[in-house]
Formats: sequence, structure tokens, C-alpha cells
Amino acid sequence: MRFSGWRVLKEGLTGNKGWAPHWRNPEPKREYDAVIIGGGGHGLATAYYLAAEHGLTNIAVLEKGYLGGGNVGRNTTIVRANYYLPGNSEFYSHSLRLWEGLEQELNYNAMMSQRGILNLYHNDGQRDAAVRRGNSIVNQGDDAELLDREGVRKLAPFLNFDNNRFPIQGALMQRRAGTARHDAVAWGYARGADMRGVDLIQNCEVTGIDVENGKVTGVQTARGPIKAKKVALAAAGRSGQVAAMAGLTLPIESHVLQAFVTEGIKPLIDHVITFAEGHLYISQSDKGGLVFGSYLDFYASYAARGNLPMVEHTMETCVAMVPSISKSRLLRSWGGIMDMTPDGSPIIDHSPIEGLYLNCGWCYGGFKATPGAGSVFAHLIATDRPHGAATKFKLDRFRSGYGLMDEEGTGAQHNLH
Amino acid sequence: MRITCPLCGERDRREFYYKGAALVRPAEEADLAQWDAYVNLRDNPAGPLAELWYHEMGCGSWLTVTRNTASHEILHVELASGSGLGGTP
Repeated sequence: MRFSGWRVLKEGLTGNKGWAPHWRNPEPKREYDAVIIGGGGHGLATAYYLAAEHGLTNIAVLEKGYLGGGNVGRNTTIVRANYYLPGNSEFYSHSLRLWEGLEQELNYNAMMSQRGILNLYHNDGQRDAAVRRGNSIVNQGDDAELLDREGVRKLAPFLNFDNNRFPIQGALMQRRAGTARHDAVAWGYARGADMRGVDLIQNCEVTGIDVENGKVTGVQTARGPIKAKKVALAAAGRSGQVAAMAGLTLPIESHVLQAFVTEGIKPLIDHVITFAEGHLYISQSDKGGLVFGSYLDFYASYAARGNLPMVEHTMETCVAMVPSISKSRLLRSWGGIMDMTPDGSPIIDHSPIEGLYLNCGWCYGGFKATPGAGSVFAHLIATDRPHGAATKFKLDRFRSGYGLMDEEGTGAQHNLH
Repeated sequence: MRITCPLCGERDRREFYYKGAALVRPAEEADLAQWDAYVNLRDNPAGPLAELWYHEMGCGSWLTVTRNTASHEILHVELASGSGLGGTP
């Protein structure tokens, strides 16, 4: 079933009776060439690129709940490629290019909106850092633009330019950044993978990983054992538990990150804006709700909900940046489980067990990485070599201390990211 | 989330700084694998976990807090001093 404007028109005129489910709901087979653990954005994207680019179609995605029910369905939907360090820089550049062609490639409306991101700066030090990062982004082949105070005022006149402690002096802008409809990204990849023969198996929790003589041979699931020579882990916040089934301990601590949505208001914020007082980021959804978040709660958690101190801090920062929204009511909030690494950068690598591949440690940045991670992880699984855009996401960098990517410069230590 | 400090009583989470899993510090001559396990690797359980919290805005004690990471329930709190976490000098 192809989607198009004509199709929408035709269905609209004929009672919308021609729409079919976007993917099958198959029974698991006894054996696959490869299985992916985790039916979220990364798992589904990996399955799609394995099938579409590497011709591997005898594969399955095993999801313990429903497709796209984890972090890909609960995030602030921001897409950008404004990273500084080599390793992250080329990877997010690759990912943003895939985002730009995503809807055409998948024939699926992911509501990709390149509305631009403004990273505000408030003092000379932050300005220097913005210039340096901007130059790095331009060198990697992406766009970055330094705006002065008046330049920001033209785009976002509602900001509090004269905050006593954090007056806005300007911003680093990336116009190709923006937002995408998070659920639709998962659904689009699911449909694309399914159309190419990939089995997407829901309600199929993996309960064990079979390893013989250092090689993976398959998995045990709630729906019976499944054999596979290649098993790929894409379990986000639950990576630690899944890896433990194969006897591995990862350099990962799972934390809670909260996000918030207000009631719908008239169009106000045209871009994604970040406030450099701390870590606040805000955008406005197409329904009108303001979507925003800030720091982790900063303690290990699987509760999928946070505590009030961080709610209060986030609201304070939000109102300090945009005082005019102080009377909008908060509609809902939620907490996602983040797989945090010591240096704040991800792992896409072989594991010490042959045939077991790792895609984890996305910290709070997994959504924008979805197409990129799927593409490079599929490349690793299919060819056993890292993709050119992901050569530095090594598991071993934490043990050796060589090649750490501490983007924030706070120190490669668990409680600092 | 509120933590009952053995010295100060039940206090707001904001008074405490979080260090992470309470692990025994390896001896200086320990090998790379032991230091890697201490600095980087985490069991990361969804359930009870012994952690180090520092009562920064209170008495300044380091506490060993056993907390359920799946529910945020605090199960046990004791002073970290005397726990042997610092390893043997």
C-alpha cells in the first residue's frame, strides 16, 4: 500500500474503507539469520536498513511490549547535527542527512520539520564556545550560523533578553535541525522493514541469550526459543538487563529524564530553542503544546517517572527564558529511562561474544540518532565492520581511556552526564 | 523522594548529591580489569541497589543508601564510614 495525496483524497471520498494495517503480525519462526532485541526506533531502523541496504530479510525484531512503545514514543522529538567532537560529529551529520530523505525513502509522513535550532549564549565564554562549535559543524559539512542579539530577537522576540543573570547575547543556529513526529518514525521504519519481509514480533520478551563456546546461538523468548547466529541488542534503557542475559556487564547506568507538555496554545515558538543557563530545550508541537525538558534527575532509575525537584527546576528555567508562558497549564509529564555511559556518548560495537552486537548508551540523545544508528548498526551486523560514520563508538574506550568522547567536557564519569 | 539521614532525620532529596553504586575501591596495584569494573562497569539492576549519597546540604556525611531503582523506595540508610568501601590503604 503506497501513501500519496491522491490516495488520501480517494479514501476520503469512499469512506476510508481501503486502509490496511501497516504491518503483519507474524508468528515467530524457529530460526532467523539475525534477530534484533528491541522494537523501538533503533531496532526497527536497524531491521529496515538490514533489509533495504544489505539484503538481509530473514530477520526478526523481538519486542517485549508493542512497537515504538519505549523511548521513541516518549521524547522531545528534536533532530539536529550540531555536535563538536570527532566521532559524534560525523555520525550525527550522517544521521541528519538520512532524516532529510527519510519520508521519501519510507513513503511515510514523519512530519519532519526543519524549523531550525537556536542554542542561546549569554556571555563571552559561551559565545567563544559557540563559535568554535559552529566552525566544527561547518567543517563537518553541515550548517551553522552565529546570530547576534538582534538576530535572535527577529526570530524569537518573546524571549527574556534582559534576564539579570542570563541576558541573551546571541545564538548558534542550525537551520537544518528541527523536529519529527516520533511515533511516525518508528511506524515508518516498521512498515518499511515489514514490507521487505522482516518479522516484527510483539509481546515477545527475550528471557535469555544462548551462548556456546563464546558464540551466540539464539535467544529464549516468552514465545519459545529462536535460533540465530547473529543477535543485535537495541534495548535502550534496558540494555543492562539484556546484556546480563549473555553474562556481560556494560559501562551503563540507567537514569530518568523527564519531559513536559503544556496545553495547546496559538503558534508562538517557531524553532527549537535551548537556554544555556542550564540545559533547557523547548519547541512547539503541531498541536500547539509546548514540549520541553531539561536535566536528568541524576540518580539511577527504572521508574519511568521522576521527582518534583527537577520538575520545579525545569519550570523555573522555562519561565526565566520565556516569561510569557508562565500561565500556560502543564498538560502532562513523563520520564524516560536513559542508558547513560560515563562519557555521554554511545556504543555501537561488537561485544566480547561472537555474533552479539551492541547498540546502547544513547544517553539522552537517542531520538535524533535513529536513522543514523539504524544505518550504521545494520552495516556492522551485515559486514562485521564498523560503518565509516561510526568508527569511534567503541566499547573498549572506557577500559582503555583512549577515544573517550566527553562532549560536555564535564569528565568521563558516571554521575556527571 | 526523601532520604532518612541517620544523623539529621528525613530530608528532601535536594539536600543530597548522588555518587552512584556503592562499590569497594580497588587497591592501587589492582589490575586494569578491576579498575575498569570500579570506574565504568555497572550491574545497573532494576530493583534494590546499594548507592552512595552525600548529605551535602546537611551534616556532610557519606551515606550508603539501599534504594529500589524501579520504585524509588528507600529500603535502608547507614553511614558509609566504616563500611570498608574505601578499600584497604
